[in-house]
Amino acid sequence: MTHSKPERRRPGARPPIVLIILGCLGLALFLIPLAGLLARTPWSELPRLLTGDLVTDALRLSLTTSLLATLIAAVIGVPLAWLIARVEFPGRSLVRGVVTLPLVLPPVVGGAALLFALGRRGLIGEPLAGLTGLVLPFSTSGVVLANTFVAMPFLVITVEAALRNLDHRFEAAAATLGAGRWTVLRRVTLPMIGPSLVAGLTLTWARALGEFGATITFAGNLQGRTQTLPLAVFVALESDRDTAVALSLVMVAVSLAVLVILRERWWKAL
Amino acid sequence: MAVLVMAACGGTRGGETTIAGTDTGTPLQGELLVSAAASLADVFAAIGSDFEAANPGVEVQLNLGSSASLRQQVLEGAPADVYASADTANMARLVEAGETTGDPVVFARNRMEIAVPAGNPAAITGLGDFADPRLLIGLCAEQVPCGAYALEVLGNAGVTPSVDSNEPDVRALLTKIAAGELDAGITYLTDVLSAGGGVEGLAIPEDVNVTVDYPIATLAGAPNPEIAARFVDFVFSGQGQAILDGYGFSSP
Repeated sequence: MTHSKPERRRPGARPPIVLIILGCLGLALFLIPLAGLLARTPWSELPRLLTGDLVTDALRLSLTTSLLATLIAAVIGVPLAWLIARVEFPGRSLVRGVVTLPLVLPPVVGGAALLFALGRRGLIGEPLAGLTGLVLPFSTSGVVLANTFVAMPFLVITVEAALRNLDHRFEAAAATLGAGRWTVLRRVTLPMIGPSLVAGLTLTWARALGEFGATITFAGNLQGRTQTLPLAVFVALESDRDTAVALSLVMVAVSLAVLVILRERWWKAL
Repeated sequence: MAVLVMAACGGTRGGETTIAGTDTGTPLQGELLVSAAASLADVFAAIGSDFEAANPGVEVQLNLGSSASLRQQVLEGAPADVYASADTANMARLVEAGETTGDPVVFARNRMEIAVPAGNPAAITGLGDFADPRLLIGLCAEQVPCGAYALEVLGNAGVTPSVDSNEPDVRALLTKIAAGELDAGITYLTDVLSAGGGVEGLAIPEDVNVTVDYPIATLAGAPNPEIAARFVDFVFSGQGQAILDGYGFSSP
């Protein structure tokens, strides 16, 4: 723990007891449901349950679609964050609001909106299907799109905040030393917001992995094509609780592993 | 809108017959929680409001969902008074677990029907189209009754469906058909009726169709067992059966 910050409190000083109690209550809220899940886990059946088709298909689909959604969010979300943070344009606060909308909207509403816009009979979906034959609902691409829609705000918000808090003098100094705008972005700006970028990408991936409502509404539910882990858990809960619990356990394990590793390595900034 | 209009129709129809809930002496007081299959949503809303009208002290709360998830809720200790399932299998599991009081009784019957978007844009003609991989076909997930029935119907017809989505319940399936995103699906006949103008029904031949039994029972953990028993009586009364008939259900 060489990275701990000793200036926060004097060594040996006790944290206030009220904070300890309230903090532990907060932790309990997270731990108790997890304990419920572990208590219901059929441990001896686990190997058989986890190697079934349903689980492996859903795990593979969840990993690929959530990673693709994160990649797309990085390619289009970071430029969007840069524009909102750095360019003065009319209606900027409205754009900020629109970008955060998927955070507030129930995902089912987001999925329905996607269906009305990009479905076969949708505003854009109908001409798109007519021109290219591409039909997004009920396809893996539809899952990626729903994931990106719901998860990208996390990246945009995090990166935008980092860009706004950045000391502009570093970039100005690089520019006076002869660096072009592209070089400044690549060599100064991006490295300086690096930790926030990683944090934003992690949150985006985690949200995409857990996505349920928008996915089932827009992309439907078919094993191997659109049935991600959360959808598989939901359907399995109806009939086969052991499989549902096993699937939930996979989600918890994968998410926890990635979040803990990232937090230890790169996510010290937050 | 269609739902409201139909609920109003159910109400007037019921008003003409005798009110079953008021013929015993003591007035009932309290809240009744009815866990009912999603396909009963509209008809139980109408039955519930008529039962409330007949018993002014009673408030009926509907807890709607797939029969399987409602059964699971009861097994996990949800405080419901009455359970109405869209199949006998889920009810049997509650009986086995000792969660019901008395034997469940079938109060209504339903049939399956092919549902297509208004105007039938994909020109679906029958169950055979469900095997066409070029069409977008939706069913309920096999874990919920409407999905199990659909697979039974397709099995009877010797059709292996090329499914594009297994929807979590019948209402979700109907929404996607009404939006025109799915070319066809198999739902209950009553759901096609209550979906209004967005969905059209195509009859399934009698020899491959299935009869859907809806059993109802009061629950052992019912917070209000007396109101629960009275509500079940009401469902079987002339008034209750008339409302069911108005929504396309047939009497057992």
